[in-house]
Amino acid sequence: MIVEWGHFALVVAFVLALAQSVLPLWGAARNRTDWMAVAVPAAWGQGLFLALAYGVLTYAFVVHDFSVLYVAQNSNSTLPLIYRITGVWGGHEGSILLWALILSGWTVAVAAGARSLPTVYAARVIGVMGLISVGFLAFTLLTSNPFERVFPVPADGADLNPLLQDPGMVIHPPMLYMGYVGFSVAFALAVAALLGGRLDATWARWSRPWTTAAWMFLTVGIALGSHWAYYELGWGGWWFWDPVENASFMPWLTGTALIHSLAVTEKRDGFKAWSVLLALTTFSLSLLGTFLVRSGVLTSVHAFATDPGRGLFILSFLTLVVGGSLVLYAWRAPRVRATIRFAPLSRESLLLANNVLLMVAAAAVLLGTLYPLAVDALGLGKLSVGPPYFNTVFVPLMLPLVVLMGLGPLVAWRQGKAADLTRLAGRVGLPALIVAAACLAMLGLGWQRYVLGVSLWLACWTLGLSGYGIAQRLGRRGYALQAWRQLPRGFYGMHLAHAGIALFMIGAGVVSTLEAERVVRLAPGETTELAGYSFRLDSVYPVTGPNYTADEALIVVSRQGRELARLRPQKRLYTVRQQMMTQTAFDAGMTRDLFAALGDRLPDGAWSVRVHYKPMVRWIWLGTALMALGGLLAVTDRRYRLGAARARIGASTPVQTA
Amino acid sequence: MKTARKNRLLLILTLVAGVGLAALLVSLAFRENLTFFFTPAQVAAGEVRPGQPFRVGGLVIPGSVERQPDGVTVRFRLTDTRAEVPVQYTGVLPDLFKEGQGIVARGTLDGTGLFVADQVLAKHDENYMPPEVADALKAQGAMPDHEMMRKMQP
Repeated sequence: MIVEWGHFALVVAFVLALAQSVLPLWGAARNRTDWMAVAVPAAWGQGLFLALAYGVLTYAFVVHDFSVLYVAQNSNSTLPLIYRITGVWGGHEGSILLWALILSGWTVAVAAGARSLPTVYAARVIGVMGLISVGFLAFTLLTSNPFERVFPVPADGADLNPLLQDPGMVIHPPMLYMGYVGFSVAFALAVAALLGGRLDATWARWSRPWTTAAWMFLTVGIALGSHWAYYELGWGGWWFWDPVENASFMPWLTGTALIHSLAVTEKRDGFKAWSVLLALTTFSLSLLGTFLVRSGVLTSVHAFATDPGRGLFILSFLTLVVGGSLVLYAWRAPRVRATIRFAPLSRESLLLANNVLLMVAAAAVLLGTLYPLAVDALGLGKLSVGPPYFNTVFVPLMLPLVVLMGLGPLVAWRQGKAADLTRLAGRVGLPALIVAAACLAMLGLGWQRYVLGVSLWLACWTLGLSGYGIAQRLGRRGYALQAWRQLPRGFYGMHLAHAGIALFMIGAGVVSTLEAERVVRLAPGETTELAGYSFRLDSVYPVTGPNYTADEALIVVSRQGRELARLRPQKRLYTVRQQMMTQTAFDAGMTRDLFAALGDRLPDGAWSVRVHYKPMVRWIWLGTALMALGGLLAVTDRRYRLGAARARIGASTPVQTA
Repeated sequence: MKTARKNRLLLILTLVAGVGLAALLVSLAFRENLTFFFTPAQVAAGEVRPGQPFRVGGLVIPGSVERQPDGVTVRFRLTDTRAEVPVQYTGVLPDLFKEGQGIVARGTLDGTGLFVADQVLAKHDENYMPPEVADALKAQGAMPDHEMMRKMQP
């Protein structure tokens, strides 16, 4: 009976979403305050009922209610509690429900702060978010109802996909969704501003923290996904240019562009139409990502819905959102005439270059991701675009971007000084070059390892310029603790995120140049050497888990006779699905990861074993963590709260901040 | 205002040149890195040149999997029921690699008609079949009946 209540709550949420969208939007158009007043309570109500529905589904998982089809497909009586709770988003229906719940959460967050917005604008923003909710809830109710019953009731469930029974799965999808869906706020703010015909300071000031917040979650989500793929899929790589990875990476690229273009919009009142277009693009790419991942058009880990009806629904929804918002843009944007002037050497030009490079990169990724699908849909054959394409295109685009990234914060708005550039090149660029060359020399590497050299140089350049920029700002106030605290958090956030890119480049450069891998046949007692480390297969013995049996190997890693680590990789057989799973084992460290995976048992009792040496691979995720932390600092910057307060009083006068 | 206009022109020209260069880069890299999919029948008909990287998909013929003496090199034969392709792969096979299972391999043909794979993909669910393989098999009328079903046994 409880399950029916969940279904009912979902229907109520859908009705409330309709109310939340239609009435306020209509009210805003007719200037009816009473209709607009529906927005906030409807948003809260929708959130409440969705939380209820989600809670009921979780309950069905926890108590093993296999009369629910979705539970029967994705759970089992032996599944540990934590995976029953996270299993709610382990399949298609539940993850769409989670998506809707998170969307509703963002809407509630907007509604909570809506009092500081002009009434009409707030009504439009919440109304637009309601429209997106209507789309997703209709999708859930019509094609992907998680509360569907099954009869006869199966004695036990088919179990959660073993790949998803992992701590990484507990947080990766919610974080990713927080990011994807979070861009809906930037989208709604932009659409509402277009509807009102006014792209003013309120819009820009509001868009910035919301965009950065969504970007922060997306960064964490992508990084977790990359880390999960690294150890769980056992291929030892950290990025594969898999279409699903690309699907989350494209909104990240355009979202990054949006963050930077909004800086110009807020501070200089320029790039307005462009910022709007970026906001529309970013959320459209988030939806495209959902379509690619959920419709089953991709062959991937994530493509579990192969129902064409669902794909068609999302595709129509996508067309509606993209088409509708672009029509609105074409209709309204030409009214916005931004005539800001800036010199070719100015922060504006550097941010423009940033945007162009990021958009070209996103377009290149989009081409590589969609081209095979288009060719297939047209019946022209089957093909795929390999990682070398993405690497040859992406890396050269990122190099100038990183060079400019460090410079941006140090060049003045409107008109920069060329003398500054030469000074920076001398004081930071040259030392960075020397450090990079010294690192190569110390590692005993020649010039043919220029990829590593360039990434080290760029990392030092970025870190050096950030240090220089902070010192410069502090220098004007003296270096006392008080001076540190006076600088805005957004300033530190920016430099932290840029430093994150630097650490990422060090990690990516080192690991891609110096990593080593070996697949080898080992009998117990035998040893293999890799990059100066000895991996000795000590023994292989059976172990039993809650819902699997496994062969576990004990591999002792030593260097020059000294034991460093004991790795215990497993080859698991999940009993319900009779599915084999390789559980890798690694010894993580700041300077290197040692990584082992069990292959197959050979007839003579030996095993094929794969071992990896991954120097500084942790720096990749450390860098992304710093980026996210930088985002967090920027979001919590005091001036957004002050700005919100000021916007309440002064309606739409542009607020200048240095 | 002459300098302002000149500056703007300069900016636009730089942008156009940059984007043009990027587009050139993209199209060059794109053309070089397209990997086409072929069925074993197409491979047998000689549609692929030796040395050209491509992907081939089909069912692993039961009983055809042979491990080489080094312990890590495996040979097997792939079929779409019309023709067969011998495949050699060095490394750890994916967990879902099984005889009778649909897989996709990426690699090149050597001079003798042996397909040397650098990657073997078997998908992450035993009911799942790579769409390329499913289509190729459907075209041959050899679709196994367990394919694409939602597994739902009481």
